[in-house]
This record gives sequence, structure tokens and C-alpha cells, in this order.
Amino acid sequence: MNWNFVIFSLVKIAIVIGVVQGMVAYAVLAERKISAWIQDRVGPNRCAPPFAKYIPVVGPALIRLGIFQPLADGLKFMLKEDFTPAGVRKIYFFLAPAIAVIPSMLVVAVIPFGSQIGHQQMVISDLNVGILYTFGIVSLGVYGIVLAGYAAKSKYPMFGGIRSSAQMISYEISMGMSVIPVLLIAGNLNLSRIIGWQSAHGWMVFYAPVSFIIFLIASFAETNRLPFDLPEAETELVGGYHTEYSSMKFALFFLAEYSNMVASSAMMVTLFFGGWTLPFWGLDHPAATLGAGLAHILIFLVKMLLFMVLFIWVRWMFPRFRYDQLMDLGWRRFLPLALVNILVTAVILWMKS
Amino acid sequence: MIVNRKPLTFWERLYLPAIAGGLKVTLRHAYRTLFQGKKVTMEYPEQKWAVPTDYRGAPYLVKDQEGNTKCVSCQLCEFVCPPKAIRITPPGDTGLKADRTNAEKMPAEFEINMLRCIFCSFCQEVCPEEAIFLLKDYSLTGQSREEMIYDKEKLLALGGTHGGIQKWKHKLEEAKAQDNFPVKV
Repeated sequence: MNWNFVIFSLVKIAIVIGVVQGMVAYAVLAERKISAWIQDRVGPNRCAPPFAKYIPVVGPALIRLGIFQPLADGLKFMLKEDFTPAGVRKIYFFLAPAIAVIPSMLVVAVIPFGSQIGHQQMVISDLNVGILYTFGIVSLGVYGIVLAGYAAKSKYPMFGGIRSSAQMISYEISMGMSVIPVLLIAGNLNLSRIIGWQSAHGWMVFYAPVSFIIFLIASFAETNRLPFDLPEAETELVGGYHTEYSSMKFALFFLAEYSNMVASSAMMVTLFFGGWTLPFWGLDHPAATLGAGLAHILIFLVKMLLFMVLFIWVRWMFPRFRYDQLMDLGWRRFLPLALVNILVTAVILWMKS
Repeated sequence: MIVNRKPLTFWERLYLPAIAGGLKVTLRHAYRTLFQGKKVTMEYPEQKWAVPTDYRGAPYLVKDQEGNTKCVSCQLCEFVCPPKAIRITPPGDTGLKADRTNAEKMPAEFEINMLRCIFCSFCQEVCPEEAIFLLKDYSLTGQSREEMIYDKEKLLALGGTHGGIQKWKHKLEEAKAQDNFPVKV
């Protein structure tokens, strides 16, 4: 066994999981702050540990920004009573949050979040079938939600679970179809190679804009975000599939939703926006120095954050789609569009070759 | 009633104009909140609403201009109080006398249970001495039930002084004037 590989992999896993968790925590804060600004409010601006206000200048500013709010949120989730309602199907009830969280964490394994530092490639697992792996894992995420709906002895989670399964299936197909032109153009399933192709030819979004639009909208549906947040429609279903959950189990669903957001952002950046590359300052080639390697990671994170902001922004912009409109959009608009897109791309590529 | 729904045009069915509109509206609001300070939030403990002049807040005892207790322990407010939030202990035969001239007595103890009080202002209405007023204090907080029973010192301290006629001072002056009226030689 190659111990070097094991150690570096473990370090990378630890860092990536840590960063994703941090991003999730602060995505919740960003969600609250951005929603507040859009709705003419202030947002969380009080929460602070006792020492924070003695930090000169930055301390009060950080408190106003609510930087310490995620810590308080996390603590609150830990300290809340973990209540198991009467009549739930216990095993599934306990299993569902885990099944929701694990796939959302696994997706980031194949995403190249940087070029390389030294001789280490900045990707946990450079799979040759990266995209297939991603789609396979992402589609498991729905089971957590469906199980949660099935386990709780309550009609609202049930409705949430049913809606979620229907929605996931209809959008996953369009999502998968929308990526095929990208694969056709890049000629590879490996995400690192796709980035390599993009650094040579330019960002994929300019070659496959229709794919990008379908992928973007489908990922909104995949992550249960507004305008497609039917499984957890608060105004209709109380809380949707996680109505009966409390404390850390509820937090896990939250974690899953936001990790999915992080993963989808990462996928979009990787597939359509060149991953860690930037077309100028010579940043589009694998890094030779430590500084360039870190810069690549930073570029990737910034691109991801922009997509996260888009996710959050869109949530406070649109009303929710009706169930039939959602199905209509998924099956009758995006699926044909994606198929036509594949065909057109294939024909153009064939003509060129 | 039948509402005829106009079928959406192709342009509308693309959702694109609606998306652009949504982006515009949300951006405008975020910009205004962030850079022009046009927020609707009032940050409560630091900022407070202006309370209307006839607002009925917590009932407190007031002192007159000379710092004397106005209450004469007549117990009318105690009787009229619908939730029985007021409890007055009169001074009794040997108790302390009023700290102002021409008033017979003042309460030895005067308690208002702010948890029971319904802020109806009957006590203020009924008080013949204008000694109790519903002031504008609406934020009553405490750590325990006992703490929410305000005693005389607390009520007087919170009530402050109340300008206005000093009924018994007038009476005193009138009485003195009367004593002197048929000018004695």
C-alpha cells in the first residue's frame, strides 16, 4: 500500500469536509443576511461571544455582519431536545438524515478544487468516470428525503417525500441529458480533463449555453431550492419532509440541503466555468509554484461563492412553482430541449470532424 | 363569477421577463438597504417607537411638586381594580402620617402586581388625589414573579413627580383664609 497516497488523501478529505462544513454554516448566514437586505431588513447583527466587542474596530463590524451567528446556530442545534414523535418508523426515522447527508458529502470527492500543490493534485479522487459518479451519488440524496417522509407518521412529511421523489426523477433526467453535450465536446468523463479542455479552448459555457441553463435550473430543483422547493414548502406543508425532526437530525437535513448547494455550485463551476482556471495572468495551467496552487484554489472558491450567492438570491426572488407547472417544466420543456441540444451538438461536432 | 384568464403569450411563457423583473426588484431593494440605509427594521432596545400621548402603560404612583406622596391610602383603586392587582396596606392608627400637610395619611405599603395588571386605567380614573397614573412604560421585565410585584418605593421612583393642582394645599390655604376672613380685631 502506498502510505503517501493514504496520508495525503486523508488530509485532503479532512480539509475539504471542513471547508464544506464551514461554507454550509456561512451559507446559512449569507442566506439570512441576503434575504434581510432584499426584504429591507437588517438581518442577524447581535450574536457575539463576550470578547468580540473588545476587538478594536473590526469587532463591532463583525458583530454587525453576524459573523458569530453560525456558531450560535450550531450550539443551539446541539443543545435542543432530540425529540422522537410517537408512532414514527424508528429505524427509517433515524436513518433518513444520515442518508440525506452522506451523498451530499460524497459528491465533492471527485471535484478538482485546485490544480496542484507540489505533486499533489488538488482533487480527492481523480476518477475517470467523475460525472457518472456525481450523478449516481446525487440521485441517492432523494432517498433520505423520501425515507424521512415515509418514516414520520404525519401527512405533511409524506407529501413532502412524494413531491420530492417526483421532482427529483423529473429533473435528474434533464440534468443528466444536459451534461451530455459537455461530454461530447470535451470528449472525456474525467472532471480534471474537462477542466483541462476548458483551459485550452475556453470556458464550456460559451460552447454549451443551453446545457448550462438546463443544468442550472435542474440543480435548483435537485437542491430543493426555491422556486422548486416543493418538498419543504413551508406555506403548504408546514416544514415538508423534515416537519417531525428536531435538534441535530433536523440540522443534518439542513446540512444536506446546503452541502448539495455547495456541490452543485462546484459542479457548475467545474463543468461550465473552467473550474480553477482563469483565462488571464497565466492561471490556466496547472500550478508550478505554491502561490499559484493556492491562487487556483482561491479562484475556485470565489467562483463557487458567486454561484452560492446566485442560489440564495434566486430564493428570495421567485414565488414557488405549482406542482403541475414543475412537472410540465421538467418533462415537457427541459427534457425535449436537452435532447435537441444533444442532437444539435452532435451534428455540429460531426460536421466539424 | 367567471374570471377569464388571459392565455400567456410566448414571451411570457419563457419566464424570462419575470426573471429579469425579479432580479431588478430584489437588487434595487438590496441596494437601497445596504447603501442608502432605507431599512424598515427598528433596532429595538437602542431605538424605540414614539409612544402616543394617550398611551396606557404601567400604573405608577406620582409625587407632587414638593416631593410629597400624593396617595392618601383611600383604597379606591384597590377596590376598583378589575384583576385585583393592587394591594394597599393602610398605615393604621399608629402608622406613619402623611408627609405633606393637611393629608391625613399615606399608604404604609402599596403594591401593584404588574403580572396581573391589565392596564385598564380604572385606578387612574378613580383616584381622587391624582396620585396614580398610567405612564408610558410598556417594557416590564423581570426574572421572577416576586420581582414583578412593584412596591411603594419602586412605584414612586418610577412615577416621578406630577405637576398639577395640589388639592390639599389649596384647601389649606382656603382654610387659613377662612380663619382670617372675618377680620378679628
